[in-house]
Amino acid sequence: MAAVPDRGYVTIDTEECKGCGLCLEACPPRCLEFEPELNAYGVRPARYLGRGCTGCGICFYACPEPGAITVYRVAPPPKSAGTATGEASHAPAL
Amino acid sequence: MSDYQVVQSKSPVFYNRYERKSELQHQTHYCSGCGHGIAHKLVAEALSDMGLQDRTIFVSPVGCSVFAYYYFDVGNVQAAHGRTPAVATALKRARPESIVIAYQGDGDLAAIGTAEILHAANRGEKFTVFFVNNAIYGMTGGQMAPTTLVGQTSTTTPWGRRPSNEGFPLHMAELIATLEAPVYVERVALCDNKNIMRARKAVRKAIELQRDGVGFSFVEILSPCPTIWKMTPNEARQWVADKMVPVFPVSVFRDRKPPAIENGGPRQISVIELLGLGEFSPAVEEPVAPRSGRRNLTIKIAGFGGQGVLLLGQVLAEIGLREGLEVSWLPSYGPEMRSGSAHCHVCLSTEPVGSPLVEHPDVLMAMNEISLRKFAPQVVSGGVVIYNRDALPADFAVRQVRVSCVPASELADQLGAAKAANMVMLGALIELTHVLPREQALAVLETTLHDGALLEIDRRAIDAGIDFVRKAAVPAA
Repeated sequence: MAAVPDRGYVTIDTEECKGCGLCLEACPPRCLEFEPELNAYGVRPARYLGRGCTGCGICFYACPEPGAITVYRVAPPPKSAGTATGEASHAPAL
Repeated sequence: MSDYQVVQSKSPVFYNRYERKSELQHQTHYCSGCGHGIAHKLVAEALSDMGLQDRTIFVSPVGCSVFAYYYFDVGNVQAAHGRTPAVATALKRARPESIVIAYQGDGDLAAIGTAEILHAANRGEKFTVFFVNNAIYGMTGGQMAPTTLVGQTSTTTPWGRRPSNEGFPLHMAELIATLEAPVYVERVALCDNKNIMRARKAVRKAIELQRDGVGFSFVEILSPCPTIWKMTPNEARQWVADKMVPVFPVSVFRDRKPPAIENGGPRQISVIELLGLGEFSPAVEEPVAPRSGRRNLTIKIAGFGGQGVLLLGQVLAEIGLREGLEVSWLPSYGPEMRSGSAHCHVCLSTEPVGSPLVEHPDVLMAMNEISLRKFAPQVVSGGVVIYNRDALPADFAVRQVRVSCVPASELADQLGAAKAANMVMLGALIELTHVLPREQALAVLETTLHDGALLEIDRRAIDAGIDFVRKAAVPAA
């Protein structure tokens, strides 16, 4: 429906998420919310609203769980130089 | 349809599943919103990005992060409370090429381990310390920590911390930055996005400095503890910013080259080199062919102090050593110089000796009746008891062991030296077990005794023991 696709999206492991909510507050475009249902551990894990993600990766660093959040971003157009430095490529610019 | 790629995901430095309780192997044990998880992720990401995973040794403290070894797929050591920097010192010195990370909380580092961290920092040990400060004891349930803020309530400061009674919070980063040796000291806070990214940079820099062999690096991480602070995760994160940061300012306190030290440090020399052993290999000589198939023997020797109990054990161990066996000798004696009870444990084995403690010996050498009564019941079934008298006490019997009564003290006395009773016992052991050869025993005595007369007495004592056992065996055969 949207003419321009979002720059990114996130997936959340609902069994690893402890429902702390730090990512909801940290997310700049506010595109995360709590699941209405409790998970097996009795908490409401975070979930992606399904739109608005910029793939900035801030939620990943705000989240205390090693693998609860996976961030995807639109693959950059093929470029010869400048993206191979590792650190600069996937750290949110703040 | 756009092409997406993963930009952030679980670091390969973490195990895929954690060796925890079966239903929780997918989650860390940390509370919801705990700062440890973020600190762990920053460390893991840095190690993975720098390709250091396989070179890293992570030293876990005592505290909530004691279980870091469940999560980090690197080398792991868990240290006694507060001793993380001491253990890290040993690891880094023994393995300079390893990346050694000491990870500690404020109770561990700033209370019980204050001495270790200050001295490790002062020596400029070339490892990295991540100091997670949440101003409270978390694991034990919220007691006051050295870093607890003035006025902050805890279970041990229910009316708030009062400097008049509990002193002021310790500022560890500032304290360490007063020392000459550290090269990098920074305090960061996990209180908002910007500060988390600043922490990320500090963690990377500290590890980079270690990778480059520069010196001691220390990062203090102000971290939320929602459970013990009784706050929501978001409130706790805000509390770090509002209450902790004003007291513990976020700053770089030290970032410089290591001080030039004259003479560059201690000379590195191996023990073998130092002792002048040259091309030393542990097995100096080919093991002598065994006299019988059996080479494994555990022996307990017991008697009064002064009967040569401990010396006999040492001689046995030395004979075994020269025979190419693995040996151990474990003495046990009272504070008395004479006439107290003494015993020792000797293990002779073709395999490395796991424990020098012998609970159920193959052989008991009882130099007196007390020792016989006390230890004979411990001898294994089919074992041997050598008793220093011509007969067992009338009311005493042991089952399923071979008893050999050798009046060693009398035989030695006839040779002119009652003190040589232990050598008579040695002769009896040689003849009864056929594990150690007489010739090797004599060779050991020749190198340990410098008095020719004593050596002669001991030789005759050993032979007396051997002869006595042989003669005693004849009528039975």
